[in-house]
Amino acid sequence: MHIVTFTRSTPDTTAKVEVNGKGEVTWGDAATVVNPWDEYSLEEAIVQAKNVGGKATVIAIGTEMHNEALKHSLAMGLDAAVRVWSDGLDVTDSLHWATAAAAAVNKVGDVGLVIFGKESVDTGTDQHIYQTARKLGWTMLSYVAKILELDAANKTIKVEKVLEGGKQVLTAKLPAVISVMKGINEPRYPSFIGIRKASKAEIPVWSLSDLGVTLPAASTQLVGYSNLPVQEVVTEIIDGATPQEKAEKLVEKLLEAKVL
Amino acid sequence: MAVQTSHTPLMLTITEEHEMLLNAVRDFAQKEIVPIAEKFDESGDFPMDTIKKMAGMGLMGIEVPEEYGGAGMDVLAYVLALTEIAKADASHSTIMSVNNSLYCNGIMLFGTEEQKQKWVKPVASGEKIGAYSLTEPMSGSDAATMASRAVLNAAGTHYIINGRKSWVTSGPVADYIVLFTMTDPSKGSKGISAFLIDANQKGLIRGKKEPKLGIRASATSEIIFEDYECPVENLLGKEGDGFKIAMSVLDAGRIGIAAQALGIAEAAYEKAVAYARERQAFGQAIGQFQMIQQKIADMKTRIEAARHLIYNACLAKMRYKATGARYTLEASMAKLFASETAMFVTDEALQIHGGMGYSKEMPLERYYRDARITRIYEGTSEIQRMVIARNELGMR
Ligand SMILES: Cc1cc2nc3c(=O)[nH]c(=O)nc-3n(C[C@H](O)[C@H](O)[C@H](O)COP(=O)(O)OP(=O)(O)OC[C@H]3O[C@@H](n4cnc5c(N)ncnc54)[C@H](O)[C@@H]3O)c2cc1C
Repeated sequence: MHIVTFTRSTPDTTAKVEVNGKGEVTWGDAATVVNPWDEYSLEEAIVQAKNVGGKATVIAIGTEMHNEALKHSLAMGLDAAVRVWSDGLDVTDSLHWATAAAAAVNKVGDVGLVIFGKESVDTGTDQHIYQTARKLGWTMLSYVAKILELDAANKTIKVEKVLEGGKQVLTAKLPAVISVMKGINEPRYPSFIGIRKASKAEIPVWSLSDLGVTLPAASTQLVGYSNLPVQEVVTEIIDGATPQEKAEKLVEKLLEAKVL
Repeated sequence: MAVQTSHTPLMLTITEEHEMLLNAVRDFAQKEIVPIAEKFDESGDFPMDTIKKMAGMGLMGIEVPEEYGGAGMDVLAYVLALTEIAKADASHSTIMSVNNSLYCNGIMLFGTEEQKQKWVKPVASGEKIGAYSLTEPMSGSDAATMASRAVLNAAGTHYIINGRKSWVTSGPVADYIVLFTMTDPSKGSKGISAFLIDANQKGLIRGKKEPKLGIRASATSEIIFEDYECPVENLLGKEGDGFKIAMSVLDAGRIGIAAQALGIAEAAYEKAVAYARERQAFGQAIGQFQMIQQKIADMKTRIEAARHLIYNACLAKMRYKATGARYTLEASMAKLFASETAMFVTDEALQIHGGMGYSKEMPLERYYRDARITRIYEGTSEIQRMVIARNELGMR
């Protein structure tokens, strides 16, 4: 059985992300990192593939910048990496993305499980995950906190999902698509032997015609990026003779500001 | 790169592999070591969890070939990784440097195939911890005057070892030790031999952990031998090779200590630059004052000079691999300059922080204490100057 996971390079979470004068998103000369949520899905793909005696492949959809995330994944111990790219592919359109992703999973072949990190940290979105499951026509299990059992012979998966204020244990038929939470595992750091292999690896690029897909017209339109409005912070120290009096004044002010 | 008279290519390339390694080690060091460094400095406990994680990445046998459990990388990879670890915490880098350059390196250079399999593999892969024991209470710089003894038993099967070794880094936790002791006192330094010691065997007693000024999380202790029976097959090299082995291993070790010193200096320097930009006095950032600027300029210049002397020593070690020409001089110069730079930079960086630099709220005072060891171990600054000058003068 093959396990597939997706990743992408995102600006380091400590980088200062801004929209420049030309309307482009920039983050200075800060490094890119593996989408932090994907560290967990990558780790889980390695562990689960090993458990079922299968192979784990990581895929990124996008420009060459994403090779960095793929190499990091290989250094962690993924068996293979592929990048999907063709001019005209609009990765900001999640349906475009999902169409390409589903086709790539089918091309890998014999895939029993697709694992995603909970979301992309840069765009803050996760709909591409559900759209990929829909395109594949596979069961979707989101917010998985633990894989309790992956049974390759009987083609089932048993997971624990996090719900608001509780948890849920589910069994589903394979193939399936899952998204995993932080805390499902402790992602490993790349080993030096892994780094040596990864640095020499040639990452194949699959084009849309390799995948045999033609994309639908983009269903969303990107109008432009803009910086967040600067928030003005006014600090006020509340005076009062006793803590009681200070607290009362504070409550009054909060009511006035309609915070409470 | 420095001009050399030997036919060494003057090129050192930081490859994609080196860059990936650097990023991985930096990420690990900042996330896993920085948050715990202060706690372990305070308690003086051995940071076994993080050391095991480092081993899992391959940090305990960087230059050891893969077939012996290592990462199979070069000396530049070792230097880059060690600097990054030292930047997060000097204690971790001390433990790492002993395992790599003093322990594994010595056996890789002088061990037999069986010895490499048995003694290097578990340490390079991080299952076991290694140590190097040359110093004794009455012999440090003058290592050849040691008092401990190894005597071959009548059956010729075992050396019986007696004596007291001091200042053994990782002594309290080490599984294996490369030990230097006297087999023939009449021959002076040529009477010293090297042995591979299982530290969990009877006849070996670990002394109390030394309370120290700095690198407090790297455990250091005495090791006492009382009729310790060492099988003859655990002799490293030949009888009488010990001093030669000890010294050539120190060449590699000194590049490591230089890298450690560089890491400590860089950590202090980066904090100083940030503080000089932020801290206000007399209505402006203190970085505006010429006297602070002078410190920044001098710190940066010395740090880069140290880095280049280290790169120069890396080149010389690569030359050694090709030609066998020793790199003692280059290693000594790098160690001398980098360790004195670490002292200078941690002092000035602390000064730039004023009272905050003296406080345990910030890591500056720890950097200052940690830097101090780099001028002492693996040959004091005085000994490095002696080595360099004798080499230049042709005097022994
Ligand atoms: C934290 C720590 C960890 C250590 N780890 C190890 C280890 O793992 N294994 C190991 O074998 N050793 C280890 N050592 C020992 C270390 O290498 C010695 O302390 C060092 O070599 C100096 O020896 P000494 O302490 O006996 O000082 P001494 O040799 O007594 O020197 C005292 C002073 O005299 C100076 N001096 C000596 N000879 C000369 C000379 N010819 N010319 C000018 N000045 C001279 C020295 O520079 C120094 O300033 C460690 C030491 C420390 C503090």
